[in-house]
Amino acid sequence: MIRYELLKEIMPIISDQLVVCNIGLPSQELHMLDDQPSNFYMLGTMGLASSIGLGLALAQSAKVIAIDGDGSVLTNLGTLPTIGNNPANNFILLIIDNGSYGSTGDQPTYAGMKTSLAGMAKAAGCDNVIECAAEDTADALKAALAGDEMTIIVSKCESGNVKVPVIEFDAPVIRHRFMQEVARRNA
Amino acid sequence: MSINKRIVTDLVNNGVEFVTTVPCKQLAGVIAEIDQSEHIYHIPSNKEDEGMGLCAGAYMGGKRPAIIMQNTAIGVTINTLATLIQFYNIPLPMLISYRGELGEPVACQVEMAVHTKALLAQMSIPTYHFHSAEDINEFDAILKYSFMAKKPVAVLTDASFWKGAK
Repeated sequence: MIRYELLKEIMPIISDQLVVCNIGLPSQELHMLDDQPSNFYMLGTMGLASSIGLGLALAQSAKVIAIDGDGSVLTNLGTLPTIGNNPANNFILLIIDNGSYGSTGDQPTYAGMKTSLAGMAKAAGCDNVIECAAEDTADALKAALAGDEMTIIVSKCESGNVKVPVIEFDAPVIRHRFMQEVARRNA
Repeated sequence: MSINKRIVTDLVNNGVEFVTTVPCKQLAGVIAEIDQSEHIYHIPSNKEDEGMGLCAGAYMGGKRPAIIMQNTAIGVTINTLATLIQFYNIPLPMLISYRGELGEPVACQVEMAVHTKALLAQMSIPTYHFHSAEDINEFDAILKYSFMAKKPVAVLTDASFWKGAK
């Protein structure tokens, strides 16, 4: 199962949730599959999806799912101790770990070699870390949404991409409609 | 009122409730004051670009953010400032210790100090240089300006400012 197939499978689960999505193909795939005001698409800034997601979760009470990748978590490894030491029980970090930098031509990452992101998250102080196969991600996500504990899910999937169009929205439009949706949910 | 208390009071009076920090010796007092404030959620970050991500998320969650960091961080955060904070129109007051200015004991700090204002100007970031203790009187208006304009704004605080403020 590649990331696109995984996103398609979890779409019914995340469609009505606040989602902060990683730069590049993940955001483009999410946008093509199910564009929602509750989606925040990152058009730039590799690595910060988990930080934006945590900031958002700490600032308000609705659940937040940050969809990140193994390459981008490796770019911003300092995020794991920050998440571990500032637990937000409305925060779910879904790391889609395909062992590669998907948006740039599937160059391998260290997460596909000896490095375990789940192990690093645990060592960083994240208490509830689940590593699962792509096929089991929907169930893990459902359980995390039903629970009341910050959850890090590392979903191991295959490397590979599908053709997707770029996102035409201007960045302030994405931000503005997302903020309106966040405000509506906290009203 | 001490300068550190004054800074935190101005932040709180402007509705800032979420502050991330990366430490600098010059900023130790204000960071301690932030940490003690019951009105502010203080979240130390490991790197300043990470901190800007946290601030962007908090802003979208309805909390006004600010970042406190050293001027060396301008070198770390250019991409994040351009592609996240500026591109998405996110307000971000940046209280920055301006190391490498007059009175600096560490030569290496001068190497980033000489680039600091040029980099901020290149990024079209409104920049204020606090050199004398009374410059703090502009802080309140600078905060209002950042949130009004939805832009990052830099406040460079040099050693003379901190010395004069004691």
